Parts: sequence; C-alpha cells; structure tokens
Amino acid sequence: MTVLDIAGLTLSIGGTEILRGVDLRLEAGRVQGLAGESGSGKTMTGLAVMGLLPPGSQVGGRITYGDQELLGLSPGRRNALRGTEIAMVFQDPSTSLHPMLSIGAQTTDHLRHHLGLRRTAARERAVELLSRVRIPDPAGALRRYPHQFSGGQRQRIAIAIALACSPTVLIADEPTTALDVTVQAGVLHLLRDLASEMGLAVLLVTHDLGVMSAVADRVAVMRHGEVVEDGERHQVFTAPAHPYTASLLASLPGATGGVQSLDDVRALEAT
Amino acid sequence: MNRLLDVTGLHVTYRGRPPVRAVDGVDLAVEAGQVVGLVGESGCGKSTIARAVCGLVKPAAGTVTVDGTPVTPLGLRRRPAALTRVQMVFQDPYASLHPRRAIGVQIGDGVRAAVARGAAPSEPAEWLRRVGLDPDAARRYPHEFSGGQRQRIAIARALAARPDLLIGDEPISALDASTQAVVAALMRDLAVDSGAGLLFISHDLSVVRLIADRLVVMYRGRVVESGPAQEIWRDPQHPYTQALLAAVPVPDGSGRMPAPPVDDARYPQDAVLR
Repeated sequence: MTVLDIAGLTLSIGGTEILRGVDLRLEAGRVQGLAGESGSGKTMTGLAVMGLLPPGSQVGGRITYGDQELLGLSPGRRNALRGTEIAMVFQDPSTSLHPMLSIGAQTTDHLRHHLGLRRTAARERAVELLSRVRIPDPAGALRRYPHQFSGGQRQRIAIAIALACSPTVLIADEPTTALDVTVQAGVLHLLRDLASEMGLAVLLVTHDLGVMSAVADRVAVMRHGEVVEDGERHQVFTAPAHPYTASLLASLPGATGGVQSLDDVRALEAT
Repeated sequence: MNRLLDVTGLHVTYRGRPPVRAVDGVDLAVEAGQVVGLVGESGCGKSTIARAVCGLVKPAAGTVTVDGTPVTPLGLRRRPAALTRVQMVFQDPYASLHPRRAIGVQIGDGVRAAVARGAAPSEPAEWLRRVGLDPDAARRYPHEFSGGQRQRIAIARALAARPDLLIGDEPISALDASTQAVVAALMRDLAVDSGAGLLFISHDLSVVRLIADRLVVMYRGRVVESGPAQEIWRDPQHPYTQALLAAVPVPDGSGRMPAPPVDDARYPQDAVLR
C-alpha cells in the first residue's frame, strides 16, 4: 500500500537546481533505500518530505500523503503532521538529542504536546518506547542524560522519540553513519523490525551500499538531483539498469562485480 | 637491523577522573616498504597511537622509535628536521588543508621539509601528477576541489616531504564510497614505491584488507590480534575480530543482515599474534 508518493519533485535554492524531478513511493512495511554520493540530493529529498527545507527554497512537483498534498499545506497543518505522522531520525545522535535535557524530558515533552497525555501516562509510554528500542533499564534511563549513553544507545533513543506518536512514515537520514560497525548492526536490525512489525514506511537515506543491501526492500540511486535507478534490491545489486549504478558497485569491495583485490582497484583507477 | 617503526610497551593516559587509559601496553612494528592496517572501533586507541608516533601526545610509558631514533613529543619549538621523515594524512581534508593558500604552495611546504633533510628539490606539479591530478592546478585553492581530490592533495603534500613512514589516520572515511578503495590503493602504491612504510588506520575492514600486508586489531587500548591481512580476513581467531568481521554489511544485494552485537560484550584481552 502506497503511503507517500513523491512525483516530479523539483527544488532550487538561490538559483541552484538541487532536485530535478524526483519520483519515489513509500509503502507500508517496506524500507525504500535512497543511495547516492554526497551532493546528489538525497538528504534534500528527505527534508522536502519533512517540510524542513532552508529559507529561499523553490519547490515544485507533488508529495502526496494519504489524500493530502503536502506541498500546498499551511505551516500549521504541516507542523501537526511533522513528528506525529511523518518522523525523522538524523545522522548524528550526539547533536540531535539535547545535551542538557534528561531523556525523560525529551521523550515525554513530545508525547504531552502532540498527544495531550498527562505526566504519568506519558512516562509509561516513554518507558514502553525505550524498551521497544532495547535500552537497558528504561525506567532508570528517563532520569539520565544523553552523555551517559553510548553512540548506539543514543541513536536508539532518537529512534524511540521519532516513534513516540506512532508515525506511519519514518525518514532515516544516514542513521548509522556515525556508528561503529558492530553497533550499526544492532540499529539496522531495529529498523528492519520496525518496518515489518509496525508496518512503518521507511525512507532510508544512506551512501553505504552495504547498509542498503542489508535492510532495503527497494533501492533508488540518485545522481545530480535525479533518481537514475529505482528497483527491487536484488535486481539493483545484481543487474543494475543504469551504468552509474554499475560503476558505483564496481568500485566497492565485496559487491557483485566489485573490487576483490588490489589489482582490481588499480584497474579501476586506470579507467 | 632496526625496524622502521618500533612501538614498544606504549601506554598513553588522558587526564580525567579516573584517568583514561587510551593505549594500554601496545607493541607495534612497521618495516620499510610494508603496509600495516590498524583497525578497531572508535575509542579503542588507534588514533592515539598515530598521535604518539608523530609526537603529538606524550606517552605515559613505553617507547616509539623511527629507525632507532626516539620520537620526541612536539613542543612549542619547530620539530627537528629529522622527524619530518614521519608524515601524516588526516581524516578530514576540509580541515587539514589551509583554505587560503594555493595547493601548490602547501605541497611546497612538504618539498621544503625534504630539502631541509638533504633531499633533492622537486616540483609541486609533479606530485600533483603522481596523485592523479592536473599538474596545472597548483595555483588553485582547496575549495575548488572535491573531497576525494582534496585528500589526494593532502597525500601529495605528505609524500612531497619524502617520508620514510607515512601514517594515515582514517584517511578515507570522509570520502564517498566509490573513491575510498581507489584513494587507499593510491596511498599504498605511492608509499611502497618510494620504499616508505605505511601505517593505515581505519575502521573499514573491507578496504583495509585490500591494501594491508599485515593487520593489527585493537580493542579497548590493547592489541587483540595481529598477523598477515589475508589470513585474518579469511580466518579470524580472536572472538572480537570474529565479531568485527561478522558485523560488516556486504553490498551483494542478498538482504543478509550483519550479525547483531552481543549486549555489553566483554571480549578477552589475550592477544592472538601470528
């Protein structure tokens, strides 16, 4: 079931074209990957869905959520959707959490504001969320501060906050890039479970095709503000339709047709 | 025979309550013409080792020697000319290059360091050519280049000083995935061709195993496994190395999840050395 439909999305900021017609569909219970090199426009696509574009942005095209056209909504209506039905997790959990506020304040504020829960009900829900993302001793965690948690735990807490109002769409922008590989594996398992168990539609933005291969159901590849490829994961990785995707894979250690030895890398450099 | 780089019983402690034992008794060696990959998670002490080898931090105990000469901690005075034979390439080429000096001038700094040690002068343009950039670009500034190109410029500057030992501290982690393997291979080839040793620090095992002769795996300030890179990649012995390798996601499109971490795992610190 299509939850969010992006069609012909264009964006220019200060006369510079950032997006040149992006088409993507997010489906319930599925992880849509969005890959590409830095500057290809993948983060801006996520921010456009959230309505968090920088001032001076000229947006065109359509972003349809259910029966609502997001790009035409008033700022107030947009605010009501943001964080409740469409939520986002950012790259760096040490900056996306407030360092001076307890985890309890950061998880319950959100619940009390958006859902109108009372203090005790909000606390109960926060404990439930923290145990859902496997934070040890969730009740005790409410009294603690971000610096008392490891990087992986902080990212789980950021995910718990994003899940607070049971969103239908989760945008995860490089959610594991700041984490160690062993910690990354845990967060990837969590994202995968959230999509299959809660029916979340996830847009996973990452430049790491290894991460993409592990969790995405569909993979889109962006370049210069355009989606050059969009297909089922296995097909994109084993029989890419676009030469750019093929060249990306050819440069990666461990990919099908990717570099396997130092000589392969040298051959790549020579071309 | 003296090893090119010999680190013996290195301890580095950072101030704090309690003090942080970042490096807790590490032995490490790099021979001329050899590439050693140093891998481990953030906080395991790998960057602290790089800094100790350059004299940027003072060891609490242990010795660091380059060709038998002890490395002295960098103070307020200019580093002795002899120590410019150790050069470093840092993680972030946006921060490690001076934004307001032309790149040819910055590579010229490296050339002057080599000349001060008695080497023949060389042209910055020639170093640009060697790292695969346009030799006519010497008058341009860092902001005119992409991240991968800037890291090539940083490599050119380090190599222009004709180092005997080149250290890369996460030199590829700020780059796009498609350029990581190429830049790593370039560092290896240029260092080995000039007869220098390379200590390559990275958390990305899939790239390190392509370019390293030997691997050293660190965990909580200690070396837990070391040996020939291919052997460790094929057949890791230490439980921590096994967990590290199992967590690397493979871009093969199979949808196979990397092994999840063991909560609060404490791996043994007995080293497997081969």
